[in-house]
Amino acid sequence: MVPFYLVTLLPCHHVTLSPCYLVTLLPCYPVTLFQSRPQYLVPLRISVKLLLNMFHEKKLHSIFALQFKKWLFMEVIVENITKTYGFQKAVDNISFKVNQGEIVGFLGPNGAGKTTTMKIITCYMRPNEGDVRIGGVSVLENPEEVKKHIGYLPEANPLYKEMPVIDYLHFVAEIQGVPSGKIRERILEMIKICGLKQERYKKINELSKGYQQRVGLAQALIHDPEVLILDEPTSGLDPNQIVEIRELIRRIGREKTVILCSHILAEVEATCDRILIISKGQLVADGTANTLRKQAQDKEIVKVTIEDGERNEIYRSLQALDAVELVDLLPANTQSYEVQSKPGISSRKAIFRLCADKGWTLTEMTPIERKLEEVFRELTITN
Amino acid sequence: MNKIWIITKRELRSFFDSLMAYVMIVLFLGFSGFFTWLFGNDIFLVNQASLQSFFGISFWTLFFFIPAVTMGLLADERKSGTLELLVTKPVSDWQIIAGKFFAAFFLICITLALTLPYYITVASIGKVDHGAVWMGYFGLLFMSASYISIGLFASSITSNQIVAFLIALFIGIFFHLIFGLAGSSGGWVAGILGYLSLSNHYESMARGVVDSKDILYFLSIIFTGLIGTELALSRRNISN
Repeated sequence: MVPFYLVTLLPCHHVTLSPCYLVTLLPCYPVTLFQSRPQYLVPLRISVKLLLNMFHEKKLHSIFALQFKKWLFMEVIVENITKTYGFQKAVDNISFKVNQGEIVGFLGPNGAGKTTTMKIITCYMRPNEGDVRIGGVSVLENPEEVKKHIGYLPEANPLYKEMPVIDYLHFVAEIQGVPSGKIRERILEMIKICGLKQERYKKINELSKGYQQRVGLAQALIHDPEVLILDEPTSGLDPNQIVEIRELIRRIGREKTVILCSHILAEVEATCDRILIISKGQLVADGTANTLRKQAQDKEIVKVTIEDGERNEIYRSLQALDAVELVDLLPANTQSYEVQSKPGISSRKAIFRLCADKGWTLTEMTPIERKLEEVFRELTITN
Repeated sequence: MNKIWIITKRELRSFFDSLMAYVMIVLFLGFSGFFTWLFGNDIFLVNQASLQSFFGISFWTLFFFIPAVTMGLLADERKSGTLELLVTKPVSDWQIIAGKFFAAFFLICITLALTLPYYITVASIGKVDHGAVWMGYFGLLFMSASYISIGLFASSITSNQIVAFLIALFIGIFFHLIFGLAGSSGGWVAGILGYLSLSNHYESMARGVVDSKDILYFLSIIFTGLIGTELALSRRNISN
């Protein structure tokens, strides 16, 4: 108790009481008050407890949770969703989680269930089973609240084609609940970010496909959503625009949760932190591009070029090594071989020793990295 | 409510941008004006200061024009994919449906408001039963609202505008004509069908009689149509 009084009283003797100085002292007063009269703490404790109780009740939770969690846990959690069309399971028991500040690439061949999953996350349709939670709020219980925090660019980029760009953006901003005072500012910002300045008064159907795509992106971003879901965002864009849009997505992705749906592998590899691969409605892989490559490649493959030796002998000796499973002659260059090791073992040391023993010159030994395309093909082509 | 108004505003603007509204207004005024003032059973022939002939002709013109207005409301959105865009915005299905319903309804209100000069003209020629005229207008509005909700339903079950137009006309003709014809014969079935006939209720309203039975009838058609639309929209949530 005493030290706090000292803190508040001491300076009065030394320093003139400037208002600025008082402000720095203000935080001490509640502390000194509760130090001197602990009974004041009781109502405070009760009210905090009541507030917490109310918070745990569902309704208040869903209302406040998004306000408070906005900055912290705007993650997308997909829990065991299943969606059937007729007898066909479009999505079969998929679960994954996307954290805030993460860009996740959603890959899969056509008809694998990518778009259906996106439609469920964006509350377009309900899953038959399972649930999706965005910032802790379920799409089944409170879709309206969830939708406020999602920016969605659908697959075919549907737009009201007969509207001028600026009117269209105004409409979307209004319906997304952007406060009316801020709408103008947001529209101007979107026009700047998406490079639509020249086109803003044109009707959307007068624009080229690339510009229409930009309008689609602008409408998805206009309310500054925490979760961004983009279904093939770069389709129809020219190479320069693709680079620009990817850069934009990366920049946005730093503070937002982004799910990017695509079947262009290079794009996903260039933009995303993590990749999910889906095939026939099921999740078949989840990880960064590198871990996926490693997972798929448990057998090491090295390309070896050996000179000064007789070709057949080299081939036979390589094949005879313990660690080696298979040797391939590369047809183009007669001195090169592709050596595949047995699972989990590296054959590189053995190859080097072999060359040293036989007196051959080893001019090249490069580990061959599997391309993401191959990984993708392996995972999604079944039977 | 605010969200509904935003959707209504956009729909109305697209009516006027696509010339749809102007064509509709010009044709409606042309038809009803021609038959009210110039041709057939017109006001001068009847030689009474009443708008009965106008209400009689608009009863038919609106029956054909309203499906043309409503056919695109949802069918076109479904076709171009903008329905997905709209549904994933923070609005409920009901707000979308209500927004579109009011857009079509306001367009009809504007059209009917443009016929008020007829009323003024007739009132300056002779002694008009003001109550009957206003009730006639209310009857037209109720009838329009019923056909709009039927049209909206037709528009929600298909992605083809022409099909939506024809379905709306097909459902509409039962209420407009067939139930009335079937109701004129005897028996309890005819009684039920007669009650379902929209023209019977409209006529009693156009005569200037306010009956809660008629209003209830129109409201129930409107809500049935809107509920059907909601069901057709939420079909996407159901498997199989």
